[in-house]
Amino acid sequence: MKRTYFDHAATTPTRPEVLETMLPFFNQQYGNASSLHQEGQAAAQAIERARSQLAALIGASSKEIIFTSGGTESDNTALKGTGVISKKKHLIVSAIEHHAVLFTAKAMEKMGYTLTVLPVDSIGKVDPDSVKKAIQPDTFLISVMLANNEIGTIQPIREISSIAREAGVLMHTDAVQVVGNYPVNVEELGCDMLSLSAHKFYGPKGVGALYVRKGTPIVAWMDGGEQEHGKRSGTYNTPGIVGAGKAAELAMNEMQERITSVKKLRDYLLTELPKRVEDIRINGSLTDRLPNNIHLSVRYVEGESLLLYLDDAGFAVSTGSACSSHSLKISHVLQAIGLDAVASQGSLRITLGQENSREDIDRFLDVLPKVVGDLRAISPLFKSKKQEAR
Amino acid sequence: MYTEKVMDHFRNPRNVGVIDNADGVGEVGNPVCGDMMTFYIKVKDHTITDVKYQTFGCGAAIAVSSMISELAIGKTLEEASHLTNNMVAEALGGLPEQKYHCSNLGADALHKAIEDYLSKHSDTLLKKENKQGINTTNENGREK
Ligand code: FES
Repeated sequence: MKRTYFDHAATTPTRPEVLETMLPFFNQQYGNASSLHQEGQAAAQAIERARSQLAALIGASSKEIIFTSGGTESDNTALKGTGVISKKKHLIVSAIEHHAVLFTAKAMEKMGYTLTVLPVDSIGKVDPDSVKKAIQPDTFLISVMLANNEIGTIQPIREISSIAREAGVLMHTDAVQVVGNYPVNVEELGCDMLSLSAHKFYGPKGVGALYVRKGTPIVAWMDGGEQEHGKRSGTYNTPGIVGAGKAAELAMNEMQERITSVKKLRDYLLTELPKRVEDIRINGSLTDRLPNNIHLSVRYVEGESLLLYLDDAGFAVSTGSACSSHSLKISHVLQAIGLDAVASQGSLRITLGQENSREDIDRFLDVLPKVVGDLRAISPLFKSKKQEAR
Repeated sequence: MYTEKVMDHFRNPRNVGVIDNADGVGEVGNPVCGDMMTFYIKVKDHTITDVKYQTFGCGAAIAVSSMISELAIGKTLEEASHLTNNMVAEALGGLPEQKYHCSNLGADALHKAIEDYLSKHSDTLLKKENKQGINTTNENGREK
């Protein structure tokens, strides 16, 4: 059966061009970039090239890019790396941050820092005023994500950054879902730090970066060989870094095309869905939203069942239902936007990518009503609803 | 993550539905993840002749409902009341660790349907014979 991948927020396929660029760095130009010999220096050069490709994608200068193992490490570095050397001990994050930020902040709280978790409204937005009010004399950092991985809501980072700057507080944004898929410019955003991850934009897994504005006080929290000007230790992942650079270059060249193609499909899906399936709701913002994200609640069915039935029908999607998570808890994001239990259990995330086509959407529109119908036929909730109507 | 058996029952759940004039109905909600099951039974001569159910829950919950319905049909009330969550999980070839609570849900719903039947038929032989009444502990002897 033809498989259709609708889970690009989870990860994307590595582009063939990217893979091709990476391959020589496994067994031909395999030198350690920290070595002075020719093999080492060839690797070092390739890394510097990738660094400038990545910097160009987000409007930074090469010196402001620290390569990491991915989004999680970048977020940890931003929070812990600034916290460790700050005399101030209070940090502010939003309630819908990725766990890489949220759990890092909570871990720091246990270590003696103080933490404010900002609520969001029903579309998942942080109110910049609430940030302003949360700032204390002891605040050293604000971390609010650029766009949410589940519901796709884009945050008013520029406004929050200027509030942070005025107060003399550092500003970090987790832009893992955005970089490479939607234009990002660190000057426009005004943030001091920004996390990104290559596998979210057709690069390889296991490599990411933290943008750190020049002059930002930050130290390594992982000790070792002092690579990356002492800010990140560990042997350079040359193939990964080279792949990330290539992926950044492709993203820059194709940005407009990527946005237009997924947006067109997304909007088509959004208009057709309510016509085909009753009792669904679209979650998140209709305007300030990643162009490839669709998040809906299919009432009276449970998300894991829905996901598995769709999987059987050839579609890879995602859900925030409690049953599908290891903790058996509803996603913290859906809780934070105040979605009721039934809507959260029936949540479905579809994230499109550039390889998806109109035919994929049409097939999905054919399959979904059937799958939902099957599950609703089993559901006691759907029955009671129909009875109520009688 | 799921065994073939689970996937089979999940994909083609047996005995789905509602019995309009059921002899016993059992409804349970899952305290862990908020899901629901309703079981309907038909009883004749102390034997379960038909089982139907509706389930709002994960793949395991649906497979468990289906399996329990198969296991329960044809059993006497007494036999069916001794069906445990572990027996169901075993019949399904095992469940992932975090999904065992879904099998409790199924056994509970069936037992509730039986209790419901018995409460309406208090003159039943079973109640007299089985002094302990319905088995309310699971295999590990823990209270459910
Ligand atoms: S019904 Fe929620 S995990 Fe099984």
